[in-house]
Amino acid sequence: MTAQGLNGKGCSAGADDSPSLHGLPRSLFRKRLDVVILFILSSASLIALGLIFFFILREAFPFFRRVPLVELFSRTWLPTLEPPRFGALPMILGSATVTAGALIVSVPIGLAAAAFIAEVAPGITKDVFKSAIEILASIPSVVYGFFGLAVLAPFLQSTLSLPTGRTALTGAVILAVMALPTIASLAEDALTAVPASYREASLAVGATRWQTIWRVTVPAASSGLLGAVILGMGRAMGETMAVLMVTGNSPQLTASLLKPVRTLTAGIALEMAETPFGSLHYHALFSLGALLLLITLGMNWSAEWFRGRLVRRHRR
Amino acid sequence: MKMQHRLLAGLITLGLLGGGLVANAADVTMTGSTTVLPIAQAVAEALADRYEIEVSGGGSSVGVTALLNGTTDIADHSRPLKASEYETAVKKGVYPFTFHIANDAVAVVVHPSNPIQNLTLTQLKDIYAGRITNWKQVGGRDAPIIAVSRDSSSGTFETWNHIVMRNEPVVASAIFATSNADVANEVVRNPNAIGYVGLAYVIPQLKKVSVNGKEATLESAVNYTYPIARPLFMSTNGFPAPGPVLDVILFILSDAGQRLVQEMGYAPVRKLP
Repeated sequence: MTAQGLNGKGCSAGADDSPSLHGLPRSLFRKRLDVVILFILSSASLIALGLIFFFILREAFPFFRRVPLVELFSRTWLPTLEPPRFGALPMILGSATVTAGALIVSVPIGLAAAAFIAEVAPGITKDVFKSAIEILASIPSVVYGFFGLAVLAPFLQSTLSLPTGRTALTGAVILAVMALPTIASLAEDALTAVPASYREASLAVGATRWQTIWRVTVPAASSGLLGAVILGMGRAMGETMAVLMVTGNSPQLTASLLKPVRTLTAGIALEMAETPFGSLHYHALFSLGALLLLITLGMNWSAEWFRGRLVRRHRR
Repeated sequence: MKMQHRLLAGLITLGLLGGGLVANAADVTMTGSTTVLPIAQAVAEALADRYEIEVSGGGSSVGVTALLNGTTDIADHSRPLKASEYETAVKKGVYPFTFHIANDAVAVVVHPSNPIQNLTLTQLKDIYAGRITNWKQVGGRDAPIIAVSRDSSSGTFETWNHIVMRNEPVVASAIFATSNADVANEVVRNPNAIGYVGLAYVIPQLKKVSVNGKEATLESAVNYTYPIARPLFMSTNGFPAPGPVLDVILFILSDAGQRLVQEMGYAPVRKLP
């Protein structure tokens, strides 16, 4: 969005440069001010990212200096015990389980919704579906969490006769709904970006609409669709509040969807509030944050790479 | 170009001014135990129109150390001062004067349909350490026990850890709830759950279980016949001279202050009228 805005402005400033206006210092100055203000505004997010990176790594560093890295990947998390144990493996696995569960639900639904909106739906239906997905994206995560706690958890507990409704599955279902708008709208963008000539060619040689979607449009948009899935995955992985409320937060090593688990994000949120400033526990939580940041950044970069590949391919 | 420079210079000046204006003129500073922290915060809010009170946590030891170093006016602690701390105090010429400001009692709760009436401290420890996993092992029905604990940094967990667990870790398969209300929320819904909450959070939909034959009440918390209860303290350097610090202490010990203590989920130091 920001990049688009910048380009738009850049174009109009370029138009000011036409020979007839060239000699006027006022327009020249205005043009420059435009560029400077936009540059400052657009650097803000870059600076914010840099600062976040710097401070998280700086606060995580003392942990890595005092505790070997292997400890972080061991299986027992008891930060307030004497001596403390900082095994984050249950939380890493917890994040992975909940995210994977969420994707199993949200990817098929999200991609199908995107294909329907981009390829099949007529005018009004398309608008209704698109705005429904946008509304889904605008619901605050604490509301999702509250819904999960008050409705979904008791429902799953009685339906599956579980010992408790606070499980990885509860978190996965809530996260699936939360990741759905990301996946659906980005996948729809990817499908729309496929040039109409592809579809026309396919239909011209006698393929049905279903064959065209399945054999031509989807493969042509595949890297963009993959990017959408990865960004949805990042959304699920990074969500904190809703997960904290419904997954039970047990730091046990399990890959079962029907047991309470603790995710990395919930682990940080649960303990950060009252951890003494500057203690080893405090730095350990920042090292979890650094780990999470690396995972989500990696996901975002690969998603961007896939999406970029789509654009490059069609330009050729 | 000049305009830009002036703009830039203005921004920089603004930034410097902002940085220099970080005021640090609190009338009273309180630091220490996270168990006492909610009380300290409530007091700071209640007295906000009279004094600026700066409140921070960090644990009992942090608070006492700060008092001995002269960096805080009031130290909050959930244990008596240690001999080593008194020795340091004597060396530094500080005379810690300790006020008993509240009692902390943690009630054990289960679902109202659960027939269990009483548990011993040892049974509670075994349940939360994962050695007892079925209600029939403690005389109840044949059903798995769902232990609901608090996150390891909460003050209630600290009390539980100190008196029941005696520093043995809570089993990783326990559910870790984010607040007293969250514990209550799970136990209300779950017939097999057991949880522990501050006395003020025992709502009618929960069943209180007595511990070692003693029921958790305000009275049993005040006279310590209930086993999971402990006193909470605030210490100053000597008996405070008339001024903000004395006013804060006197407010906490007043009926209004003690009622505030009770509202925050702790037991007052005496029976309130």
